[in-house]
Amino acid sequence: MEIILLFLLVFMIIGSIIAIETKNLLSSVISVGVVGFSLSIIFLMLGAPDIAITQVVVEILILVVLIRATITTDNTAIEGPRDTFPFVSSLIFFGLFLMFAFFAVQELPKFGEPLMKVSKEYLRTGAEKTGATNIVTAVLLDFRAYDTLGEATVLFTSIIGAFVILRRKGRKGKAETDSEKFGILEDEDIKQNFEGF
Amino acid sequence: MILYFLSMVLLVMGLYCLIAKKNIIKKIIGIVIIEYSINLFLVLVGYRSGGVAPILVKGMQVEELVQKGVDPLPQALVLTSIVIGLGTLALMVALCLRMYEKFKTFDMSKINTLKG
Amino acid sequence: MDRLEQEIRDTSKGMTPIVKTIVRFVMGIIVIFGAYVILYGHLTPGGGFAGGVILASAYVLLTLAFGKEMGLSKMSNMAASILDNSGALAFVLIGLLGFTGGYFFYNFLPKGEPFQLLSAGSILLANMAIGVKVTASVFAIFMALSIFGRIIYKAAEGEERESEE
Repeated sequence: MEIILLFLLVFMIIGSIIAIETKNLLSSVISVGVVGFSLSIIFLMLGAPDIAITQVVVEILILVVLIRATITTDNTAIEGPRDTFPFVSSLIFFGLFLMFAFFAVQELPKFGEPLMKVSKEYLRTGAEKTGATNIVTAVLLDFRAYDTLGEATVLFTSIIGAFVILRRKGRKGKAETDSEKFGILEDEDIKQNFEGF
Repeated sequence: MILYFLSMVLLVMGLYCLIAKKNIIKKIIGIVIIEYSINLFLVLVGYRSGGVAPILVKGMQVEELVQKGVDPLPQALVLTSIVIGLGTLALMVALCLRMYEKFKTFDMSKINTLKG
Repeated sequence: MDRLEQEIRDTSKGMTPIVKTIVRFVMGIIVIFGAYVILYGHLTPGGGFAGGVILASAYVLLTLAFGKEMGLSKMSNMAASILDNSGALAFVLIGLLGFTGGYFFYNFLPKGEPFQLLSAGSILLANMAIGVKVTASVFAIFMALSIFGRIIYKAAEGEERESEE
């Protein structure tokens, strides 16, 4: 079990290295897909099917959105020498970070033996108190519904923010079509956009 | 132990990409990788060896679930955080498309020198 | 059905007829699965967030295969915004209705028998509200990004847009 997890984690790290260091943006985006799908397999093995389902679908949507951002642009690769100061300073910082992380990780409970002081109570009383047999949903929507309300607010705010950024001009004019709002010409076809898919 | 440490290594990869790369899309990819590593770390901490998913099925006693179930609390928090990640990613992509429309480039160093 | 056939054979927009035909069969299955994941979120793996994203991905698939007009005819941008807002409002309303039992987010409905669909009180309603909200917001953000991408396409070609006013 741990061996397979180790293998998948190393696979994820290799995928992330490729995603970071490739010149071509499209291959880099696809390598992010490698990391995400391995992550969903790991979630499935760790006994979290809820998260695994969500991660698979969200990963596909993330790929679509990122490809959307890269495919319409020409200069995908950026030439030029690498800046030395950010490179060296970040390497020093990450060395220190990993050293402290190594000592901090020793203090955590061992893998496979969590503390679960509160969670045992959730597991014991969740089904009879809320009526939901999926304890994750019981925690999400009953015991800790305030958290879910906060997260829904964050999602709402980010969507509103993206709309405000993407909209071309304010709601003053009378012609309220998409082309007016987003500033596009009518005669252009959507096919132009999706020919790369 | 080694699994926790490897997820920290993944976080460092994302941080490096966020700091040292000049392309904005690469920076967004770094943020996505950081998000993945934190989600993975939270779920790893809640795992119990030989554990089952925290879902009561028919014919299963509650006491059995208490003995064997994995921690449902980090799972519930990570579940929302994944969807939030999609929303913030869309916000970031929208911002960087706007920047591309204005400056015609994704290069951070060029955008810095242009001064609006 | 004739209109759909024409839509499939029309190669001027969207992808090839092969993709369109397969999308036509798969679309309904995806929508049913998403609705199942939302409705049975308190009994089996899933819930409002997962099911909402699955439903949104069905619409994204339709838009990618058939083009923008088909996606907008199923759910316009305005409808998506209204659904988004009403989902968020419904979730807050479910929380506020808990005050009938004493506190915010109190499970005010009867619990019912375990392993039944109508069993977990207000959790089912909250799951549906969150599902509608996530579906609408993810679909709306995808449509906004895909419509906006065209400006970038023109900018990359070097054509300067004339500024408004």
